[in-house]
Amino acid sequence: MNNLARIRERRENRNRWLLLTPALVILIFAASGPLLITLVYSFLTAGDYGGVKWEFSTDAWFNVFFQRDIFDDTLSFADAHLSIFWRSVKLSLLTTLGAVVLGFPTAYFIATRPKHHRDFWMLLIMIPFWTNLLIRTFAVMELIRNEGTLNTFLMTIGVIDAPLQILFTETAIIIGMLYVYLPLMVLPLYASMERLDFSLIEAGYDLYASRVSVLRRIILPLVKPGLIAGSILVFVPSLGAYVTPRVMGGGKQLMLGNLIELQFGQGRNWPLGAALSITLLAIVMVALLFYVRVAGREGGGHG
Amino acid sequence: MKKTFTAVVAATFVAAPAFAEGTLNIYNWGNYTSPEMIEKFEKEYDIDVTITDYDSNDTALAKIKAGGHGYDIVVPSGTYIPIFVGEGLLMELDPAEFKNFGNIDARWMDVAFDPGRKYSVPWQWGTVGVTVNTSVYGGDINDAALVFDPPEELKGKINVVPEMNDVMGMAIHYVGGKTCTGDKDVLKKVRDVLVNAKKNWLSMDYGNIEKYAKGDLAAGVNWNGASMRARLQNKDIAFGYPKTGYPVWMDNAAILADAQNVENAKLFLDFIMVPENAAMLSKFARYANGISGSEEFMPEDMKSAPEIVVPAEVKDAAYIAETCPPEVSKIYTQIWTELQK
Amino acid sequence: MASDTGFDVKRQYGFSTIAVICFVSLYLPVILLVVYSFNAGSSVAIWEGFSLQWYRSAWANDQVQDATIRSLVIAFWAALISTSVAVLAALATTRVRRFRGYSAVFAAINQPLMVPEIVTAVALLIFFAGIKVQTGYTGLGYLILAHSAFCIPFAYLPIRARLQGMDLTLEQAAADLYASSFQVFRRITLPQLWPGILAGAMLAFVISLDDVVITEFVKSAGQDTLPTYMLGQLRRVVTPEVNAISTVLLALSVTMVIAFFFVTRIRK
Repeated sequence: MNNLARIRERRENRNRWLLLTPALVILIFAASGPLLITLVYSFLTAGDYGGVKWEFSTDAWFNVFFQRDIFDDTLSFADAHLSIFWRSVKLSLLTTLGAVVLGFPTAYFIATRPKHHRDFWMLLIMIPFWTNLLIRTFAVMELIRNEGTLNTFLMTIGVIDAPLQILFTETAIIIGMLYVYLPLMVLPLYASMERLDFSLIEAGYDLYASRVSVLRRIILPLVKPGLIAGSILVFVPSLGAYVTPRVMGGGKQLMLGNLIELQFGQGRNWPLGAALSITLLAIVMVALLFYVRVAGREGGGHG
Repeated sequence: MKKTFTAVVAATFVAAPAFAEGTLNIYNWGNYTSPEMIEKFEKEYDIDVTITDYDSNDTALAKIKAGGHGYDIVVPSGTYIPIFVGEGLLMELDPAEFKNFGNIDARWMDVAFDPGRKYSVPWQWGTVGVTVNTSVYGGDINDAALVFDPPEELKGKINVVPEMNDVMGMAIHYVGGKTCTGDKDVLKKVRDVLVNAKKNWLSMDYGNIEKYAKGDLAAGVNWNGASMRARLQNKDIAFGYPKTGYPVWMDNAAILADAQNVENAKLFLDFIMVPENAAMLSKFARYANGISGSEEFMPEDMKSAPEIVVPAEVKDAAYIAETCPPEVSKIYTQIWTELQK
Repeated sequence: MASDTGFDVKRQYGFSTIAVICFVSLYLPVILLVVYSFNAGSSVAIWEGFSLQWYRSAWANDQVQDATIRSLVIAFWAALISTSVAVLAALATTRVRRFRGYSAVFAAINQPLMVPEIVTAVALLIFFAGIKVQTGYTGLGYLILAHSAFCIPFAYLPIRARLQGMDLTLEQAAADLYASSFQVFRRITLPQLWPGILAGAMLAFVISLDDVVITEFVKSAGQDTLPTYMLGQLRRVVTPEVNAISTVLLALSVTMVIAFFFVTRIRK
């Protein structure tokens, strides 16, 4: 018996790695491999005009957190980098929150439609995203411009007297990222809500639970994997966002993605760019570790 | 069904361009190559031209340095030509091989970034100045102070193009320094000027023509061609040349050292030095071209445009943008990051 | 599906309202986009009257057409490849006991999400350029490979979310009736998994369609996609030509959706 179990386990193990191989091959080729290059680069010296010189150096890492004043040579925390880090985390969290507030009810709405209508509603969510990201961002920009549709509308119905300056503020960046990343929240949420067992909910009402407590005690725990997956899919790309902050934020307030791009581009400091990327990765790792732990606990039940 | 599938597969993977005799691969800024002129070239020489876009000099440099790209011609800015040459990426040209070489305007012949035009020929050139809405501000517009120390009526309606070297350069000249200076006293002043000025800026962005035309923006650091396009939509828009100094840039066509279609590339360089063809480029991209004799072929609205024809009184304030040494460049990046934090 | 008493167990207060607001705000910018594609002026923000000139100019612009088709081809392949491998990977990592290397595998799958695009882009440029020089192959394969890689987590996560807590009893019952594991997968697991797969594939398709930075660095001569073409225009002028193309693509996808809708209804 014991022997049999071991053989079974071995076969299971082999099957598992067989299933994983195609994904891992692609990832190692086009994602993890490049990451190693990045790690190596963060310990090299910046080339004069971009690129790197193959000389070991920890300058880049030093510069991520500290700066030597250009003028009086005093050493201090890299205040510019830290405030950009903070802005990125803050805006990404707010975007994720916004995506939950909008996406959860929407996914729920779709999941409670009659079965043969649901795919249609899902496609309705997706259609706007079949157009290019840049053109979509421009369209949102047109909407919230000072002379744009929203302001004109609000002024016509007399809610406001002067146009609201939304464009080129942090709010604009959040609106832009929300618009871009919303389906990343709705899709996984929907995928886990679609199979909600409503007999459980009915049982809840039979026990005189209120709608709110049904939502909190029954629905939320059941769709948690989808909620977490959606949050990660929104939070992580927001953190490294590049196009939206550039267009909607007016380029005045950098986010991490822009700062990194600056180092690989006009700044010509590839090692610093690489070190900043690894730092960003570390922030994301923390978020993901959290996910693995929570998701692991969920999955444990089925063991 | 199966047939369609096979067709898609075939089309996907066999689509690698055949490097036959009649092809030419141009790697250029987006929306910068006149389709009309390309068509003419294709007809005249029976060469199939493919254009691929880039959006910054640094992207182009990184890609070409990495190799394996398959391009024949690239169009870097003057400030990048010495870098390309230093890295051995460009092919040396022999003027004798080009019958139109003499058409290059004397002013653009012996330029600092390519003395004697050994590696590149002019594509388009332009200036970086200040765009002003004259219905908002009525004073002298040839002044960088409109952006760096703006009057009350312009505050909060200013845009600065996010080009580090152009903006830093203009600010350095504004406080009395020289191009690519490493002088810390000057740079300190530059930083203070920029940090103080930024409070009055609305954005640091590229695509701004409509925002000027529609009045969202009233002033800002801008390219002359973009400013002209805004003026064509709104006649109040004017372009000023800062008296303290304003950068002049030029993009140049060059053949890559590892080009596959060298002969065709040479034909193309010769072709764009023909005045009539150079004017076609200008007509499309809306900048001047550096080929003498092209004036008569230029479109009417450009012949006398104040954005293209620099007024005499500010002609001397121009300086040609240069490649700054790495150690200076590093300080500029630091100031630039601090500005955008 | 309301119960006999008329009490709807599915209802949550305010949810439908938010959903409607959500749909409206999703489509408002799209409507503007369509409207401006008919603009007589050369602006994507100032209305100057009705005209079809941008459709004509898009029709005449080979570069734009090629870029659009190339974008769709790459997105199709990237979605197909990434979704297929993501299904396999999800089966191997969900509803199983923790195994050695689980965390590493999970991190590897999600890694493209964590690294900013520009970093992957620069690294891929160096890596692929080497291969291009060695092999001489410069086709679309590189772009498809790169896109497939960063699409994997987007395909994987919805599939995984679906798989988690999917009813095991059916599969076990089938296995007890001596169905082979492939049969179990095809007849039981796959149909149940389908919404997750569809969601994953759609996400992957859209993500691939939007990619700018990695494509910009990986593409070879003559391989502009619609986003890289537009990026090149960003510094100069963006004309409603791109709106026109987007509108055509939209019309195409809406037609597809309606067709899809009717087909499924007829089947029912």
